[in-house]
Amino acid sequence: MATAQELAVRDKKELVSKDEKTVPGRYYVPFGDIYETDEALCVVMEMPGVERKDVDVALENGVLRVDGRIDFAKYEGMEPVYTEYNVGHYTRSFTLSDKIDQERISAQLDDGVLTLTLPKAKEAQPRRISIG
Amino acid sequence: MAIFADPFDALSSLQQALDTFRTSGWLASGPSGGGSYPPVNVFRKGDDFYIITEIPGVQKSELEVQVKGNTIRLAGNKSVSHPEKASLHRRERLAGRFDRAVTLPIEVDPDGVTAECRDGILALFLPRAESDKPRSIQVV
Repeated sequence: MATAQELAVRDKKELVSKDEKTVPGRYYVPFGDIYETDEALCVVMEMPGVERKDVDVALENGVLRVDGRIDFAKYEGMEPVYTEYNVGHYTRSFTLSDKIDQERISAQLDDGVLTLTLPKAKEAQPRRISIG
Repeated sequence: MAIFADPFDALSSLQQALDTFRTSGWLASGPSGGGSYPPVNVFRKGDDFYIITEIPGVQKSELEVQVKGNTIRLAGNKSVSHPEKASLHRRERLAGRFDRAVTLPIEVDPDGVTAECRDGILALFLPRAESDKPRSIQVV
């Protein structure tokens, strides 16, 4: 297993896209790890401040889109005096190959980390051939 | 400062307000344990203060929050794990130990400090010490 990278402060990646959003505000691209096992492709993204009910995972035309909204009503009445990071909704898209079994995609959200498990279609899984 | 003047622009206004206070010299670089992770935002609500920070993936059991005088210490371990037989295609998440101390320019009542960690966000409520609260002066 590769060693983890050093913890450091990074600015959030702002979304720069050709599609405009109707609601004004900056959107961020969550940091994510992508790894592959024999059975599935896993995408793990950090979206702090997003609750389960505010995550939207949609699949359309082979493009998987993940949206995470933050509830910024919590900031009401609070006056910032010192800030080091900004907040905003998260969004990220992935183009999936047809090797993914789209019916069985599952998602899990814990402590602001979303884990998407994209199981590989049966044909795409490595098969062990036993020597007779 | 009215942050939510226009509900449509609410998020945009909040983001602009957060940007404005990036260079604020409010927080002293205190006797920091090491490093500047995690990044913090400090808010004022009335006389009391809130420190909000984002620590996605950090379990409560791996988090330590301490208060001494007007210094707050946030320490812990952020771990990122992959299954044994996985091949990594992209790695953007960072992991490691963090230990950061921030010193506030106001007196905090240590008995009233509460910390809540949910969905990767740690929120500290820091009530101002009674002795430090500003007193209103009558103007005649």
